[in-house]
Amino acid sequence: MADVSTSNSEPKGRLARIIDSDLFHSFLRSKVTVVAAVMTLLLFLVAFLAPWVAPHNPFDLATISILDARVPPVWMEFADPRFLLGTDDQGRDLLSGIFYGMRISLIVGFCSVIAAAIIGITAGLVAGYMGGRVDAIIMRIADVQLTFPAILIALLIDGVAAGIFGGIDREVFAFYILIVALALSFWVQYARTVRGSTMVEKNKEYVQAARVIGIPSVIIMVRHILPNVMGPVLVIATINLALAIVTESSLSFLGVGMPPTQPSLGTLIAIGNDFLYSGEWWIAIFPGIALALLVLNVNLLGDWLRDALNPKLR
Amino acid sequence: MIGFATRRLLQAMIVMLVVALLAFTMFRFVGDPINQMVGIETSIEEREALRERLGLNDPIPVQFARFIGNAVQFDFGTSYQFKQPVSELFAKRIPATLELSFASFVFALIVGIPMGIYAGLNRESAISKLFLSVSLVGISLPTFFIGILLIFLFSVTLQWLPSFGRGDVVQVGSWWTTGFLTASGLKALILPAVTLGMYQMTLIMRLIRAEMLEVIRTDYIKFARARGLPDRLVHFRHALKNTMVPVITITGLQLGSIIAFATITETVFQWPGMGLMFLQAVQNVDIPIMSAYLLLTAFLFVAINFIVDILYFFIDPRLRVGRP
Repeated sequence: MADVSTSNSEPKGRLARIIDSDLFHSFLRSKVTVVAAVMTLLLFLVAFLAPWVAPHNPFDLATISILDARVPPVWMEFADPRFLLGTDDQGRDLLSGIFYGMRISLIVGFCSVIAAAIIGITAGLVAGYMGGRVDAIIMRIADVQLTFPAILIALLIDGVAAGIFGGIDREVFAFYILIVALALSFWVQYARTVRGSTMVEKNKEYVQAARVIGIPSVIIMVRHILPNVMGPVLVIATINLALAIVTESSLSFLGVGMPPTQPSLGTLIAIGNDFLYSGEWWIAIFPGIALALLVLNVNLLGDWLRDALNPKLR
Repeated sequence: MIGFATRRLLQAMIVMLVVALLAFTMFRFVGDPINQMVGIETSIEEREALRERLGLNDPIPVQFARFIGNAVQFDFGTSYQFKQPVSELFAKRIPATLELSFASFVFALIVGIPMGIYAGLNRESAISKLFLSVSLVGISLPTFFIGILLIFLFSVTLQWLPSFGRGDVVQVGSWWTTGFLTASGLKALILPAVTLGMYQMTLIMRLIRAEMLEVIRTDYIKFARARGLPDRLVHFRHALKNTMVPVITITGLQLGSIIAFATITETVFQWPGMGLMFLQAVQNVDIPIMSAYLLLTAFLFVAINFIVDILYFFIDPRLRVGRP
């Protein structure tokens, strides 16, 4: 509920307006959300600043030595103080590997969420605005796809892509194939939501007015309707970021995602899985914990955003 | 009722047709089937003869019709890797996947429903809050990592349970093999079933809790209490019944994702099911297995959706009248 006394004071700067908003108040009221936001920010920072904050560079072959392979974390016997969380089978520092791996996981996550949002928003806008047969076709495709879990679709796309690009080095394309696979698995939710709100918006006066003065449909959709249907899209994008990171790591774990030369968190866990039985548990468990922390915090933020933007729950 | 069912059946068939078209496109156009079937020394004439004999020069619609005709008779071609009919390969592995899915579904239901009811009825209690926090962690942990943690704890550290395979299996009938009848089979089932069922369990728990909270606030529950009915009767006869509609829908649809996530669980535990075979097919670009798996899972999902829709109709009387 907007505070009446502030609404008729003089206009404020953007920052002041954000601090005064309902959203910000509800953010501060939920302690869990504040903690989740701080954690998320921290994880994003160490991931994107990995080359500067990581104690070692796991890709620099000059500094890694196979003699340092499988060193346990510092609090265990036979540890090496240089490696806080121990090393993997190649002698790479695990903590640095996790920072770099998280960076790759996040880049894939962000790119695929953006790609999925672009596909989904376009499909939803067109379906909702045009209606009729176009709408029916797009939504039937969405329905069919919704019956399949995303991970299966991503696996299939990955397999088909590997078949088409069979002769070419798979590692070069792994990143792009992964993003296409994830984007095509997650676009439906955006499309359905945007279509719903577009159908409501298109009957409002401002759209009709724009149509009467002869603005082309494409411009009406992009300039007039789109800004008004973006709220729910933001919520879906946040929740889908967590989902995309999980799906990416699952695919990488299964060996069809990021290759060991550009390891994401899932690839790191897959590598570590081979050493679980010989007692070198840290190689798999620490990247797994990092992944779980990342997903948990993004999920918490997404949950809060969904509740905060949902007028029914206010 | 009959009109509703026919309409749903028709929709289901259209979905299957679209999926079949996709599977056919994959089967026919990704890679050259001939190259996969013959050796490197086969001459061009022989290749052409084989192409003609397999009907790969026929018009595409004819080929598509033949593809569907074959698929209906469970003929999905020959695997590139194993050089065996795909249907035989699947038949050997279907029991493993179905038993695993069934066990994990049962686990999710018998653990998730009581937890959900408890958390819904005792909203403020510490145990409910614990359940909720655990479920949030459960949702955030990827399936494969849950599997790794369980293996690390129960197989590597405690050495209680096996970490891979199905244990001893017993042949039942002509082609079904079951692990339910031997001690080692049951032991081998525990970890994979828990891993696979964890996500569904948390989902069911949260769903029942949310539905319970909503139902408890309604007038008819207040009235039932006012009539002096015992709590047990109010909670289980009146409240629980009305939480069941969404629960059945969601859990029904979750059956599909159990089978999908079985791919991951089967890989972690080297469980010899369809999912493991599908994954190996993806890694080795074994298109016939991939397209057959696509068709089979699509059929399963469509069938489940159809059954859920029909069930809905029986459970919720409101749907029986005035449905357009």
